[in-house]
Amino acid sequence: MKLLLKGGTIIDPTQNYNQVADLLIENGLVSKIGENLSTTGAEVFDAQGLVIAPGFVDMHVHLREPGLEAKEDIASGTKAAAAGGFTTIACMPNTKPVVDQAIIVSGILHRAQLEGVVNVKVIGALSKGQQGKELAEIGDMILSGAVAISDDGSSLDNNRLFKIGLEYTSMFGCPVISHAEDESLVDEGVMHEGAVSAMLGMKGRPSVAEDIAVARDIMLAEYTDSQLHIAHVSSKGAVELIRQAKKRGVKVTAEATPHHLTLTDEAVKTFNTAAKVNPPLRSADHVAALLEGLKDGTLDAIATDHAPHAFEEKDIEFRQAPPGFAGLETALGVILTELYHTGKFTLVEIIEKMSTAPASILNIEAGSLKAGAPADIAIIDTELEWTVDSSAFYTKGKHTPFDKKILKGKAVATIVSGKFVMRKGKVCI
Amino acid sequence: MSKRQISLRGKDILGLEMMTVPEIEVILETACQMKGIIDRDIKKVPTLRGKSIVNLFFEASTRTRTSFELAGKYLGADVVNITASASSVTKGESLRDTLYTVEAMGVDVIVMRHEAEGAAQYAANVASPVIINAGDGAHEHPTQGLLDMFTMKEVKGKLDGLKVAIVGDIFHSRVARSNIWGLLKMGAEVHLAGPKTLMPYYIQEVGVHVHNRVEEALEGADVVNVLRIQRERQHKGLFPSAREYARIFGINQARLDLAKPDALIMHPGPMNRGLEISPDVAYGDQSVIQEQVKNGLAIRMAALFLVLTGGKNIETTA
Repeated sequence: MKLLLKGGTIIDPTQNYNQVADLLIENGLVSKIGENLSTTGAEVFDAQGLVIAPGFVDMHVHLREPGLEAKEDIASGTKAAAAGGFTTIACMPNTKPVVDQAIIVSGILHRAQLEGVVNVKVIGALSKGQQGKELAEIGDMILSGAVAISDDGSSLDNNRLFKIGLEYTSMFGCPVISHAEDESLVDEGVMHEGAVSAMLGMKGRPSVAEDIAVARDIMLAEYTDSQLHIAHVSSKGAVELIRQAKKRGVKVTAEATPHHLTLTDEAVKTFNTAAKVNPPLRSADHVAALLEGLKDGTLDAIATDHAPHAFEEKDIEFRQAPPGFAGLETALGVILTELYHTGKFTLVEIIEKMSTAPASILNIEAGSLKAGAPADIAIIDTELEWTVDSSAFYTKGKHTPFDKKILKGKAVATIVSGKFVMRKGKVCI
Repeated sequence: MSKRQISLRGKDILGLEMMTVPEIEVILETACQMKGIIDRDIKKVPTLRGKSIVNLFFEASTRTRTSFELAGKYLGADVVNITASASSVTKGESLRDTLYTVEAMGVDVIVMRHEAEGAAQYAANVASPVIINAGDGAHEHPTQGLLDMFTMKEVKGKLDGLKVAIVGDIFHSRVARSNIWGLLKMGAEVHLAGPKTLMPYYIQEVGVHVHNRVEEALEGADVVNVLRIQRERQHKGLFPSAREYARIFGINQARLDLAKPDALIMHPGPMNRGLEISPDVAYGDQSVIQEQVKNGLAIRMAALFLVLTGGKNIETTA
């Protein structure tokens, strides 16, 4: 079984490769890259004018299964991933029940084998039930396949438990992923604290709540000499704290989301619950700091924080609506439109942030087109203009602050283990 | 555009932020005519005969609800009150379904009060009757903002150039926000004072002056609008005690004397006498608190009249 991707611009940050060439896939693996490769016996995909990249890796996805299938399940979530050019996604443990035991990790991996369209990695909970009281069976979960540990969904305010979680997880060489927002400062806040919240009368989640939590996380990672990853960085203070920590040699990495990189708190001015998210969309000065941090490497990866919700859950007063929205199917388009076509980032940088870097943070086999690597590939038309239509999403979560926006750039095919799972926007499996 | 061409017919009144200066002026002028009707012996005109208005209140209210109810009735409309406790809301019905139910009964205007910011906007998005926001959380209370401006203009003759001090719990106050939007649009200067724990950060970015000391805000003011301070804020630890609040921020005669000698004292009610305002000030010569209530009725008559008719002759049927 051979597949030849012919004449595309192949970009692989792990090989510093960036030129028009052919890519041959054999038996689900990348076989070779080169000019004018023989087409004999191979299915040929004409990739002229398209970009061939290692498939995207989303290290922050809420697949919602088990227990919250009204929002999403493994089948719908992985289809959404395939539609967005993602070939590997890591799912967060704030499900029902919480992923806090090895058997649940195994269960998700098993279901993903049966129903998943793309590769699924599992992130286990740090504390039992994500209650912030006692350690979950972290080692057991990692031995069963968990790639990282996190109490994402909310912050873990207990300093002692967070310290122990870092120490314990570091024994297994996995990162702890932190949702960093100090709960007492966040209080009942529902949006960024700024001029917009001041006049909407809504309680704010101040950026200092994130800064303090990130500072705490970094200090404990430094103290315990553990690998820490800060999820969805949204404040300029957090960017600066991470920058300084990296200079000191702290083992900290960080991600930013497409929405925090491109939207401000103005998006919630109409009380649009599709723009409600934690941490919140902040003001323009924070967005500028995030872009700077992404550029200079302070922020390593782009992750979606894909957090789908059912229609009725978001069809409610803003303050009561749950935070989060779908991200897998808009991420690449938003990033190409706002970061690439504006000249702020190169394609190589974007592919590195969306594929190679997250794979490296999770220490998984992905994010590369080296010979012998799994043939997980995103094929991108950087010039394709399209309009976001949330009603046509594969995800069950139809909410997005980007709805009806015209974007430029899209994945037109996705290959997992040498097989097309998406072509021309349609998931084919 | 001349004022004659301004029509509010069919328009939602969600907040003063979204309202234009000519629209505000039309409402204030129409309220002037309405005030004449309130003083009549027979307070009933047939203008809105055949129109139906629902007061949909998800939060307790006496004056605003009564004011809208009488406003509708004086103009000849049918008015029904639905309070959250008495409706299916307590059975767990969503806001959308409650609105659909009211809409299905052929209602022309829904006057809505809700504890959540943006609830009126939501209602306007999903329901077809005209929505008048009677308070959405801490966001806006446009008819209160309008009646406050009407009261100021009635006495002072203008709004442009007035120095208005708003004192108290700005953070939780929809009255403050509607006053701020309206007054800034009409050219007044707005000074805010209150405990820093009850003052939203960044609010100065909209063009208001923020003071830590109430005395600074009152200095030379034409109007002092005193906000209700809710005891529950003290329970949340946002200020240490009622007596300390009264001592530092309470409006008494000595503080009021810092304002212009003819400064007006206003309060949206209900008052906590002895806390945010001393009784001598509340009932003193400079107080227009009672007049505010009457003007509130006139403003609501004007608002209902304008959204339902677009502003034709008041004395005839729609």
